[in-house]
Amino acid sequence: MKIEPTSRLEQILSSGGFAVTAECGPPRGADPEVVRKKGELLRGSVDAVNVTDNQTAIVRMSSIAACSHLLQMGLEPVMQMVTRDRNRIALQSDIMGAYSLGIRNILCLSGDHQSFGSQPDALNVFDMDSLHLVRTVRTMREEGTDMSGFSLKGPPRMFIGAAANPFADPFEYRVVRLAKKIDAGADFIQTQCVYNMERFKAWMKMAREEGLTERVHILAGVTPLKSEGMAQYMAKRVAGMDLPDHVIRRMGGVAKEKAAKEGLSICLETIAALRETDGVHGIHIMAIEWEGIVQSIVTAAGLSPRPRVDAADVSP
Amino acid sequence: MIVAEQKPLAEIKEMVAPYGKVLLLGCGTCVKTCFAGGEDEVAVLASALRLSFRREGKEINVEELTVERQCEDEFIQESAPAVARSETVLSLACGAGVQALARRFRAVPILPGVNTTFMGVLERPGLFTEECSGCGDCKLALFGGICPFTRCAKKLLNGPCGGSRNGQCEVSPDTECAWHLIIERLQALGQMESLRAYVPPKNWRASLSSGPRKLIREDHVL
Repeated sequence: MKIEPTSRLEQILSSGGFAVTAECGPPRGADPEVVRKKGELLRGSVDAVNVTDNQTAIVRMSSIAACSHLLQMGLEPVMQMVTRDRNRIALQSDIMGAYSLGIRNILCLSGDHQSFGSQPDALNVFDMDSLHLVRTVRTMREEGTDMSGFSLKGPPRMFIGAAANPFADPFEYRVVRLAKKIDAGADFIQTQCVYNMERFKAWMKMAREEGLTERVHILAGVTPLKSEGMAQYMAKRVAGMDLPDHVIRRMGGVAKEKAAKEGLSICLETIAALRETDGVHGIHIMAIEWEGIVQSIVTAAGLSPRPRVDAADVSP
Repeated sequence: MIVAEQKPLAEIKEMVAPYGKVLLLGCGTCVKTCFAGGEDEVAVLASALRLSFRREGKEINVEELTVERQCEDEFIQESAPAVARSETVLSLACGAGVQALARRFRAVPILPGVNTTFMGVLERPGLFTEECSGCGDCKLALFGGICPFTRCAKKLLNGPCGGSRNGQCEVSPDTECAWHLIIERLQALGQMESLRAYVPPKNWRASLSSGPRKLIREDHVL
């Protein structure tokens, strides 16, 4: 059974803290310096660095390897793992391998469909869905077995995350799906980027009414917008994104050189509103290829400095 | 039915070009219904091939024949005399028919004239949709009669992904989100509670994943 926190992120969330994580996309290449540079930009500003797994189905350095580079720098990674590219044999093997390297947080996802990526000719796997992956990691942690029931020697004890998109349809079903992920074993939930606060609040209200916010830590996703063009691109092209017209208009309503500043203001207003929302236990900043802005966001939001977690509080 | 689509003429021409005598063999069952390889399609394709080769100054002898089903030896036999007269057979049946011919006529090259695409239904005139992947372990009872293995691009078994918007799949706006349909249907059937149940990972042993499958019906073995 899981008793002591297994990671710094878990320690912060389970002690009632407001967590801050940020995303780090590995490079399209084998140079570890790119990961280290991004890690350095995030150091001190976040509790954990969330490393994507071939996001948007574009081939990149593996999430496990990039997490390992961050670990060597003394940063805590959250390893994203998608079920698109590996069957259950490879997934379980990689969970154990990741744990052996010191990775303690996992975010279980199904993954963007390969048709969005740079190699749409690829075969997808989807042997399991994200919920199956969550349950598999929990079974490893709490039963000490793999999916076949085999008792593992040194089972991995991961802090388990899953994703939720409050902005997708059918809306009423989204909370049912959240409940299923929690039942399967999700300890924390990372949401799609919040721009439509009204809808996010309606979803949170439903989650609270179902008692779900008592059972899981919800980290709300935020992405600072750089320009009106980026806002339009995200609204139209990014699957599952809900970017209301009034946000796009606001980005377009300022001079081009002031757009990034406006994006930052929107982001800070969003964070302030999220902190006022019952049941939101943290934020996840997805500053896509703009990791340098994270420190400013965290500081301006009044979330700096990040709490220190004593190594003794986290079991190895 | 098995849905197929005729290959482009250029690809067919390239395959048959080395031969002087070609038997164009249609199939009167599935591919006839989806207008890919029945008697009518055999006639049209034969004319197109003759004309096209003639334009290039090449004469080709194209014989036409359609049998009821190319996946049953009883019907395949009817084509034996025509096959014997030909240097090659261009089959307009599905991949199963092509292989059944190859098994029967070992000395003659059998070429595929269609791309076999899926098992599906005629949703409305001119529109065929994929509904079944023949996984060998049907779970349609869990999903209101709508198959997420086949109709969800991510084969999700526990609800829609984050890309479902207005009933459309994120992969293509022309595709309905299977999970949206499942939820609507279970709502209509008053079975929403079943949507809360955990559906375990699929057992793929009964599928093609275990290699090509065989079905033996002892009661019909001669």
